[in-house]
Parts: sequence; structure tokens; C-alpha cells
Amino acid sequence: MAVVFEKPHGLCDVPMHFCPGCSHGIVHRLVAEVLDDMNIEGDTIAVTPVGCACMSYDYFNCDVVCAAHGRAPAVATGVKRTNPDKYVFAYQGDGDLAAIGTAETVHVGTRGENIVIIFINNTIYGMTGGQMAPTSIPGQVTQTTPYGRDPKTAGYPIRVCEMMSTLDGTALVQRVAVDTVPHINEAKKAIRKAFENQKEKRGLSIIEILSVCPTNWGMTPLESIKRLQDEMIPYYPLGVFKDVTKEGEEK
Amino acid sequence: MKGNEAMAEAAIRAGCKAFFGYPITPQTELSAYMAKYMEKSGGVFLQAESEVAAINMVYGASASGQRAMTSSSSPGISLKAEGISYLAGSDLPAVIINVQRGGPGLGSIQPAQQDYWQATHAMGHGDFHILVFAPASVQEMVDLIIEAFDTSDEYRMPAMILADGLLGQMMEPVSFPDEVKIDKVDKSGWACSGHKMQREHHIVNSLYIEAEKCEEVVRKRFERYAIVEEKVHKAEVYMCDDADIVLTAYGASARVAKSAVNQARKLGIKAGLCRPITLWPFPKKELNEAVKNASDVLCVEMSMGQMVDDVRLAINCSKPVHFFGRCGGVIPSPKEVLEEIKKLAGGKQ
Repeated sequence: MAVVFEKPHGLCDVPMHFCPGCSHGIVHRLVAEVLDDMNIEGDTIAVTPVGCACMSYDYFNCDVVCAAHGRAPAVATGVKRTNPDKYVFAYQGDGDLAAIGTAETVHVGTRGENIVIIFINNTIYGMTGGQMAPTSIPGQVTQTTPYGRDPKTAGYPIRVCEMMSTLDGTALVQRVAVDTVPHINEAKKAIRKAFENQKEKRGLSIIEILSVCPTNWGMTPLESIKRLQDEMIPYYPLGVFKDVTKEGEEK
Repeated sequence: MKGNEAMAEAAIRAGCKAFFGYPITPQTELSAYMAKYMEKSGGVFLQAESEVAAINMVYGASASGQRAMTSSSSPGISLKAEGISYLAGSDLPAVIINVQRGGPGLGSIQPAQQDYWQATHAMGHGDFHILVFAPASVQEMVDLIIEAFDTSDEYRMPAMILADGLLGQMMEPVSFPDEVKIDKVDKSGWACSGHKMQREHHIVNSLYIEAEKCEEVVRKRFERYAIVEEKVHKAEVYMCDDADIVLTAYGASARVAKSAVNQARKLGIKAGLCRPITLWPFPKKELNEAVKNASDVLCVEMSMGQMVDDVRLAINCSKPVHFFGRCGGVIPSPKEVLEEIKKLAGGKQ
């Protein structure tokens, strides 16, 4: 019998701990498919974060180095600089990348570190139970903004792609979403391009992926997808913010 | 050669392949030397955006199996504490240099020994130890850097060189070993540098969700620490055989203490010095041997009294242990220490 669909080799054959409806599983699969497609799993080192993806070391089949909260870009720098011929990617959530690790994120961009960052933006801290993230949208109710995020006291969200695209060292800065099949296909293309950029030593590629967190949003998976489309995409427009490849210049 | 530069050169010769730094007085010459020579020797030099980033770069380089190092001074070491805990929790080797200055807070930029407790007892959150080496001369800085890399690799634990601003800035003649044998330890069983589809994936990690598993890992690590305590301990014992008063001091303050001991001997006071070279593990055996015939012990430090606690513990308070120290960047003079020795010898002369 012909196999028409199987688990990518880049993923370990173990059950994942992610909640029903969570986007992490989709994004893990997309990354693993790219490792398969490019045949680079054996030459790749993943750097995982603190947060819901902190157990990804059991899921990615490549070598995995687990970083402290927010430090994945620095750890990835250490791996990449000493192994310049290997592929290195950091996988980070919004609290990790845009709050505690902002300095590491900005500097890995400005240094043009030749790595890939997969950035999951679901506007909330998932692992700790739903606190305000640096990307929580004004008005968003979280455990630490029980009356809705008020920018007057809690500040404004950070639009990471817009910020990172101002840095000279970034090669590809793109925001995608995983709410629909066309968007998922688009996300995979972006991840593939990011790894291709690393192969060509173009500098930092960061792919921001708008994701859902049904558990901590207090919504069903379907309601979550609707929120992503109705509230997140208008605030965080999808698209390519910077692309130094020929394709990008032609656009 | 200047102490800071000698340590940098020694690290390169010890096969250090990656140095990640951040400027801070009084260790800056070390970074500058690395910037000049690291790449020429085929290694990586990078000035990080912070001490926090620098230690995490060390973590990444070490996780991939490379010898890696960072250096800083007191306030910067506090920032590295997080990363050092993760290194220890992930069983990664690394060398961290602390060219101590006065504290707490921004303190002063002059030499001090106020980070002893931090280095030997509380280098970060969690139950763990790091190796701590305390050189007292530029030559010893060179020798201990090489030993720190080797020991750190062998036992898969971070090693610190606990120096101070005096040693870092001091110039002394120094000789480097002709050939340093590196990569004695095979890291292919755990290093993350790509599995080439030829083995299971490696994971460098300090997270254990199950409490029992976490306990098991910590206990195993402590079994290794017990071996380290057995095998790695060193002290210089100077004129202690017949000494009534044994001084204990490490690093720069040991140089001062030694001068005071020599002056005391000229006055007919039987004084000696036991200088710990490893601070963790603490050289209990050597110290107990050194104080065997003494009536009093005098601990001299450039702090308000930190190592003195370990001295009392090591000899189980079997002798009275006195303390003399200056802090905040003030170096005690041999004359001041001699006065303390005279006070102790007073009734016995």
C-alpha cells in the first residue's frame, strides 16, 4: 500500500504535550518538513526556549540545545560561530523573544548572525498560565491584565517584524500565520526560505508565526482561529518586511 | 606580561576555541588580547551585548563540544550567574574568569576578594558546585587556566579562575609550556554538533519536569562532586611545620600574608602560611596538616571575612581562627598583617 502521509523524519515519534488546538504542533511539523526537504536534519542544531516549547527537545530529531529564558539567540550564536557549516535555528515564543530576551533578539539581528529564528506569537504566556505577553493586544484580558491590557499602564505591544526589519543585519523578516491551509503553506515557504538564506550565509532570518493558544485565551480552537483572524492579523499585518534576496528586491 | 593578557594567551594555548566577552574594569585587557589573537589562532572572538549574552554564547559553544571561555569582573559575574547555573545543570564544561573588584553594587574598580562566597557557595540558583581556582602570581594564572580547562572537561562542570584586579593588572615574567595537550576528553557522546544521521539526537538540557528524575540527576552529579573533592584540591604550605601561628590567605592577599610571615620570622615569631589554590574543592587535608602544631590561625582576606568560615569548618574549629581583612578595593599592607601576628604572638613570646 502506498504511504500518502507520514510523520516527517525531523520529528521524533513521541506524543506531544501541546494542548488541543495549539499551533505549536503545526509549526514543529513545518520546521521538520523543511529539515527533511533540504536533507539537513543531521547537520542541524535546534536551540529551544523556555515556555510551552521548552520540551521540544523530545520532539525535534536533530541535536537540541535547551536555552535559558530569552537566551536562545545568544546560545545559537555560540553554536553557530563554532560550527559555521552547520544549520542552527532558535525556536522562541513571544515572552521569551520580545520581553526577557529582547536584547539578545535585537543584537543577533544587528550582528547579522547567520541563523534562523522561528518566533511563535500567540499574544500570551502559555506555560505559566496566561499572563500578559509583550505582544498582548490592547484590551486583551489575561491573568495579569484582568481588565484588559491598558497601554497607559501596561505599555504597548511590540511589533517584532517591524522592529527587526530596521536592522542592517537581517536577511529575511516575515510574518505568517497558521490559521488556514493557504497560510500554513505560506508559512512553510517562509521557513524554507529562511533555511536557504542560512545556507547562502545571508544573515538572520526571522519568521514570526501568528499562533493560537485556546487554553489560555479561554476559547475553543475554532473561536481561537477566528480571534487570530479578526484581532491579531489587523494588528500584526502578514507579509514580508525585509528580504535581501533577489526575489525580495524584485518586489 | 600583564596578568590579564597572560590568562588570555594561556587560554588560547589550552585550545580555547571561543571567547565571548563584555567590557568591564579591571579585566578589559583580557578581551582586548583575545580580540587581537583569537581569530589568528583559528578561534572565535565576539564582544557580546551583555554579560548575560556572553555566558550564554559560552553555553552554546560548549554544548557543541568546543572549549569556550568568558571573563568579567564582580558586577558582571553576578549577571553571568544565571548562565553558570544552566552550565552546571546541563553538565557543560566552561572556563569563567573573575578579576574581582570592590563591591557590592558598582563598588570600586580596585582589587578585592569580596566574591568568595558567590564563587564557592552560591554561584547561581540550585544545588551545584563549580571548580574554583585561585592564582597568586601571573605564572600561576597561566598554569591554572590550562588546568581549569582540563579539569572542567574531565568532570563536565564549569571552572572559575577567581583572580583580582591586582593580579590582573600586575606584570611579572611568565613562561608558557611548549606544548599543551588538548582535547584529552572525548565529547562525542554528548556534544550537539549535528548527528549526520548516524546516531540518536543529542540533547543538552537542564530541565526535568518529574521531580524524582530531577533528584536522580542532581544526586548523580553530587556523586561526581565527591570524586572531585577527593581528587582535586591544592594548597601551598609555607613554613608551617613548626609554626605557632598559621596564616591562611589566597590570591593577592596571600602575597601580602607571605611577606608578613617572612617579617615575623625575622622577629623570631614562628609564623607560616597555608594558601589554598583550589577554593572549591577547599583543601581541607592540606589545611588540617598545616595547622597541626599551631596555636592560632589567622585568615587574611581582601573582604569582611568570607573564606574564614570555610577555614573554621575545615578544621572543625579545632583552633581559634582569627580574621584580618580590608575590603572595597583596599589592599592590606604586610605591616598591618604583621601587627596582627604580633598581637597573637604577644602572650606567648
